[in-house]
Amino acid sequence: MTAWFKRSDKGIQTPTEAKKDVPKGLWYKTPSGKIIDTDELKENLYVSPEDGYHVRIGSNEYFEILFDNNKYTELDKDLAPVDSLNFEDTKPYSEKIKEAQSKTNLKDAVRTAVGNSYGKPIVIAAMDFAFIGGSMGSVVGEKIARAIDYARENNTPFLMISKSGGARMQEAPLSLMQMVKTSAKLTQLAAAKIPYISLCTDPTTGGTTASYAMLGDINIAEPNALIAFAGPRVVRDTTGQDLPEGFQRSEFLLEHGFLDAIYERKNLKKQINLYIDLIQNNKIRTKAVI
Amino acid sequence: MMEYLDFELPIKELEEQLQKCAIIGEESEVDVTNTCKEIEDKIINLKKDIYENLTPWQRVQLSRHPNRPYTLDYIKALAGDTFMELHGDRTVKDDKAIVGGLGKIGDQSFMFIGQQKGINTKMRQYRNFGMANPEGYRKALRLMRMAEKFGIPVVTFVDTPGAYPGLEAEERGQGEAIARNIFEMCVLKTPIITIIIGEGASGGALGIGVGDRVLMMENSWYSVISPENCSTILWRSWEFKEKAAAALKLTSKDMSALNLVDGVIPEPLGGAHSDRETTFDTVRETIVRLFAELEAKEVDKMVNERIEKYANMGVYQEN
Repeated sequence: MTAWFKRSDKGIQTPTEAKKDVPKGLWYKTPSGKIIDTDELKENLYVSPEDGYHVRIGSNEYFEILFDNNKYTELDKDLAPVDSLNFEDTKPYSEKIKEAQSKTNLKDAVRTAVGNSYGKPIVIAAMDFAFIGGSMGSVVGEKIARAIDYARENNTPFLMISKSGGARMQEAPLSLMQMVKTSAKLTQLAAAKIPYISLCTDPTTGGTTASYAMLGDINIAEPNALIAFAGPRVVRDTTGQDLPEGFQRSEFLLEHGFLDAIYERKNLKKQINLYIDLIQNNKIRTKAVI
Repeated sequence: MMEYLDFELPIKELEEQLQKCAIIGEESEVDVTNTCKEIEDKIINLKKDIYENLTPWQRVQLSRHPNRPYTLDYIKALAGDTFMELHGDRTVKDDKAIVGGLGKIGDQSFMFIGQQKGINTKMRQYRNFGMANPEGYRKALRLMRMAEKFGIPVVTFVDTPGAYPGLEAEERGQGEAIARNIFEMCVLKTPIITIIIGEGASGGALGIGVGDRVLMMENSWYSVISPENCSTILWRSWEFKEKAAAALKLTSKDMSALNLVDGVIPEPLGGAHSDRETTFDTVRETIVRLFAELEAKEVDKMVNERIEKYANMGVYQEN
C-alpha cells in the first residue's frame, strides 16, 4: 500500500452523522455501475437518478422524507436490548450489542416516532438494517407494540417500514414470540379501524415477512426490494431449482398478489397520505396545504 | 422394529441381554428368573440415568425419533372412529403436510389440526417431511374459522422442521400465509390448545401455534431456527449444532422457565414412543382439563387474555 493511502493521524473520530446506513465518501456506485456524487444522491432521496436504484437508507432518512420539515417526536427511545439468555456464538451477544450500538449510534434495530405528514399526525416505525441486520428481538417487538398502542390511543394512522433479515437468533425463543406479539397488537389496531400501512423495503425477510410486514391494510414496497420468507439462497439450496429472474423482488410480489402497489421513494409521502385520506373518506391533502 | 439413537445404545445392549436370558430360560433347565430380574432392574436404572440427564441436543434427537408418535397417531388415539378428516384450502390444493378434521373426545367435538410427518421414505416424501406450503396454513385457517363459526374448540399439534422454503411456496406467499394465521389465531373466538409434539421450528410452527394454552411435550423442541441451521449461520459450520441447541434454549424445560409456553406434558421414561398408550392418555387428560378451564371463560375475555399473554413476552431494559 502506498504511503499516501494510509491513515497517518491516529484517533480520528468519525462524527455521528457519518455512521448512518447511507453511502460514505464523495462518490457512490450503483450495482449497475452508475456513478453519482453523494451530495446529489442525498438530494435525490438516495435514489440513483440514472438507473433508479434505491440505495438502502435508515430510520433517520425515512423520517426526514416522510415527516414535514423533519420534525417529529421519537417514542420510547430509551428501550435497549439485554442478553437475557447469555447467548454466545463466536462472541457473546452482549458484546455484539455494544459493537452495533457504537457503530450505528442506535439502541436497537427500530426507531418509532410521531409527527405530522402533510399536516396530519402519523406514527412511523422504521427499521435500521445497520443494526445487526435489522433483526427483530425483544426491543424491536416492544417498540413496535408500543407504537401501535400509541397510534390506537391517539387515533393516528400507523406506518411500518420493514427492513430486516428476520428474527434475531441471539434472543432465540424471545425473538420468535415477537412475531405473535406484534401481530396481536395489530389485531387491536384493526379492531379500532385505524389504517395500517406496511412498507416493505430492501430487504424484508424471514419472521418480519411472516408477521407485521404482510399484515397491512395495504402492503406497499419500494422498487426492486427483496421481500421473502425464505431467502433466495435457502430456496435454491433446498430445492436445487434455478430461480427465475426477479424472484422475490417487489415486482414479483406485486404480480403474485402480495403487494398493493410499488412506489418510488420520491412518491412515498404523497401516496401514503393519499391512501389515508381515501380510506378515511377525508378531503385529499396536497403538499400545497402545508 | 425399535430404533435406537446413539445415546440409547447401552439400553439396546441390556435389552438384548434380557432377550437372551429369556431364551436360555425357555430352552434349558437353568432357572434364570433372578438373572432376568437383575437385568430388568439395570435397564430401569440406566434409563433413568440417561433420560433424566439428556442434553438439549439429545432431546432434539428424541423429538425426531423415527418411532415417535405423529399428529395422526395422536388424533386417532384421542378421537378413534369419530375422526373425520377434512381436506383442502379451497384455493390451490390439499397440502399433505398439514392434516385436519373433526373428532370427539368423550362427548365434546374438537377441530384437530397438525403437521404430519411420514413413517417411511415414501410417506415422508408424500408428507413433504412435515414442511407445509402456504395452502397448508390456509387449509388450517379455513378449518379454524369453521370451528369458530360453530363454537368448536381447536387443538393443534405442532411437529415441523419449518415451513417449506420452496419456489412455489414463496410465489404463493408463505410469509403472508403464516402472518395471516398468527393474526387470526390471536383473535379466534373459540378456545385454542396447542401442543408441540416433536419439532417446533420457527414461523412454520407459529403458523398453527398461537393458543390460549401452549404446551410442549417433554422431549420436544421449539425455537426460532433449528440447531443445525443456527450452527451454519452463526458458526459457519454444521458442526456446532450441539452448542447451538444449548444456546437456543429450545427445550420444554427452558421454554417453560422463560414463560414462553404454558406448561410441559411429561413423557414416559424413554420418550413418548417407548409407551405410546401412556403418552396418549396423558395428552387426553391434559386436553380435557385445559378445555374445561377455557370453556368456563367468557369468550371475549379469553381472547383478551390470549393477546395480553403474547404482548407481555420479551426482555429489554428501559433507562
